[in-house]
Amino acid sequence: MRITRFLPALVAGALFALPAAATELKIGLQDDADILDPAQSQTFVGRIVYTALCDKLVDVSPDLQIVPQLATEWHWSDDGKELSMKLREGVKFHDGTPFNAEAVVYDITRSMTLPESKRKSELKSVEKVEATGEYEVKFTLKGPDVTLLASLSDRAGMMISPTAAKEMGLDFGNKPVCSGPFKFVERVQQSRIVLEKFQDYWNKDNIFIDKLTYMPIPDTTVRLANLRAGDLDMIERLAASDAAAVKSDPGLSYESVVGTGWLGIYFNVGDSAQADNPLGKDKRLRQAFSLAIDREAANQIVYEGTSVAGNQPFSPQSPWYDKDIPVPARDIEKAKALVKEAGFDRVPVELIVTNNPVSMQMMQVVQSMVAEAGFDVSLKATEFTTLLDEMEAGNYQVGRSDWSGRADPDGNIHQFLTCKAALNQSKYCNPEVDKLLNEARQAPDTAVRKQKYDAAAAILQDDLPMTYIGHQSWIWALNKKVSGFVASPDGMIRLAGVKKAD
Amino acid sequence: MYSYIAKRLLVAIPTLLIISVFVFSLQKLLPGDPVLAMAGEERDPQVIEYLREKYRLNDPVPIQYAHWLGSALQGDLGISLRTNLPVLTLVGQKLPVTIQLAIMSMIFAFAIGIPMGILAAVKKNTALDYIANVVALSGLSIPNFWLGIMLILLVSVNLGWLPASGYRPFFEDPLNSIKTMLMPAFVLGNALAATLMRHTRSAMLSVLSADYIRTARAKGLSERKVVLEHSFRNAVLPIVTLSALLFGELLAGAVLTEQIFTIPGFGKLIVDAVFTRDYAVVQGVVLCTAIGFILMNLIADVLYVVLNPRMRANL
Repeated sequence: MRITRFLPALVAGALFALPAAATELKIGLQDDADILDPAQSQTFVGRIVYTALCDKLVDVSPDLQIVPQLATEWHWSDDGKELSMKLREGVKFHDGTPFNAEAVVYDITRSMTLPESKRKSELKSVEKVEATGEYEVKFTLKGPDVTLLASLSDRAGMMISPTAAKEMGLDFGNKPVCSGPFKFVERVQQSRIVLEKFQDYWNKDNIFIDKLTYMPIPDTTVRLANLRAGDLDMIERLAASDAAAVKSDPGLSYESVVGTGWLGIYFNVGDSAQADNPLGKDKRLRQAFSLAIDREAANQIVYEGTSVAGNQPFSPQSPWYDKDIPVPARDIEKAKALVKEAGFDRVPVELIVTNNPVSMQMMQVVQSMVAEAGFDVSLKATEFTTLLDEMEAGNYQVGRSDWSGRADPDGNIHQFLTCKAALNQSKYCNPEVDKLLNEARQAPDTAVRKQKYDAAAAILQDDLPMTYIGHQSWIWALNKKVSGFVASPDGMIRLAGVKKAD
Repeated sequence: MYSYIAKRLLVAIPTLLIISVFVFSLQKLLPGDPVLAMAGEERDPQVIEYLREKYRLNDPVPIQYAHWLGSALQGDLGISLRTNLPVLTLVGQKLPVTIQLAIMSMIFAFAIGIPMGILAAVKKNTALDYIANVVALSGLSIPNFWLGIMLILLVSVNLGWLPASGYRPFFEDPLNSIKTMLMPAFVLGNALAATLMRHTRSAMLSVLSADYIRTARAKGLSERKVVLEHSFRNAVLPIVTLSALLFGELLAGAVLTEQIFTIPGFGKLIVDAVFTRDYAVVQGVVLCTAIGFILMNLIADVLYVVLNPRMRANL
């Protein structure tokens, strides 16, 4: 009885309490993120969520330059072994903890020392980090490392509230507290991650979204259907096969940009039992294999023109691309001659590939192209975890795998092709290449650095432990109501300036 | 009666043990390393080794199992390697969703399957029977994922009646919760309805030809009373068993349907866990599903006794 009388008042109160026009943005992701602790997490979609949740010391601009974020300026010492940074003043973490030099020292040290931290290799060159003032920090390095800034533009440079980190320890990821434009509200595994606008954000005047929801929807068709139904405002990694449909839909807009990653074919050139195969032992056969691929056609067929053909770890548009080694045109006669020269008529090859339709299609195309040059490729399709295990163990002949790409060139080549590097699944080891790639890491002068990469490219193009087919584009589809989104080659979704009309 | 239930529950213990050993060993047979799968793009050998030690992945498999069992007996199902959350928390998040989807699907299945089965039996060999059979057969033959996507395109994209995704927990927002579940529940229920319809039809047919039905008709009872009270009550027993089995299956999660409608239930949880070799989660979910299955069967058997007084003598 009382309740019925009270109810209208309650409803009226609730209506008044609602903010005038809360703008909610819903983003469909391809996978669910893993743990939301920058020190521990590993997934690509996790990085997308962090872009809204956790600010970094520096950021990457759409033209892949390092730009200020929480650090406003920085400079290197002459010997390249010290990096000093000035920090932004007046910044707060979501829990009210002030951001200052002390917080930076705590966070970097945490990423370097936490046993579970997966950031150790990115911060390997750091000897120590210290506060040189309330808003000044100094990184002292073991040796020159120009890639450090790029690392600090990603998870290694993400700042989390030291108060929350100390309190929650390893469970920090269940309720992350950072200083980004949005703060954590809730997460239901495999369903949604909800964030809301952080009212004390240093750049809050450029944030026009009040509530942000990320929903993992692995199936691209379903993701697009949700966008069309209005249940999502934006989706990432649209399938290339849906590009035309989105472009012709008056209610949707299409954004794409060639990414920094690559589509690669690995040849096992190590010394495991499986590496003992014709392709693993004779570089002429690898060259023939590469020459037999029509990269333009393969990209056109599989990615419907959204990707670009390539032959290096950097795309042809990248300033790091070696223009003296252009994407080779298909040369079946030369490929045949190389096969003959190596003493073969037909070459049997087993090629391991993940069992997703796009990867499979690409390899079927390659399979039929190289068959003309004399390669009998048998495809072995397996799910990703198994592929990873086999390739890591060197238990394969030829493998197909992608790299999502990094802003700094080093991240796209060093860890794949230096001896014993973490991602060196070709098991390639050439001291000369090691030397060049290590020197490139330490060269503060861009021109010198480029020379090192070019010199390495020349050797690698001949040895060919890996060959590249092309570079995929990141593709987003958005509801027409959403404006201000800038496509970035790192595949991230930055929300400053993004608006949604009612 | 109670001693019967207690006995049945005791028998369930070895069943659960066998299932857990089986699932544990099957998982270990899969190639792939959970830590490597989780390590992602920046793999640091030192950290990988640390995590392997931490999660006891370097121990021999029987020791790993013994360790898991020891904790499980104390109510600790371990920690998900991928998310760092306790498996029990994850199960707690997903189980209510799965139960809600299972119940709503069963409602659809009953509402479609049973009346159709009864009608088909009563109107045997008429056009109605054939239509019911065709509908049932198509329910069985249409793949869930196809029907799901078509429904999204029709109902959500074109008509805009129901949301295509965006599940809300029932106790937080009952109306929207039911709205987001209607399509997936229909997709699942529709397939089950076909099975239910076929079983209802054959059970009804055998009862309808029994002598006491002829007697009932001879007494001049209305056809409605004959069919619904005299026949259906007796035909219902096999349907109860079947329903319990179907419900048990639903509790295991409906992978494709959940995927399409983004329902955060068991199906998605276990598939993701298998792909990333998140052993503890797979183990925990299978255990809960098995318990659910056993309970459903027990409930079916108890219902049997309630529905059929003759069975009570056998207890």
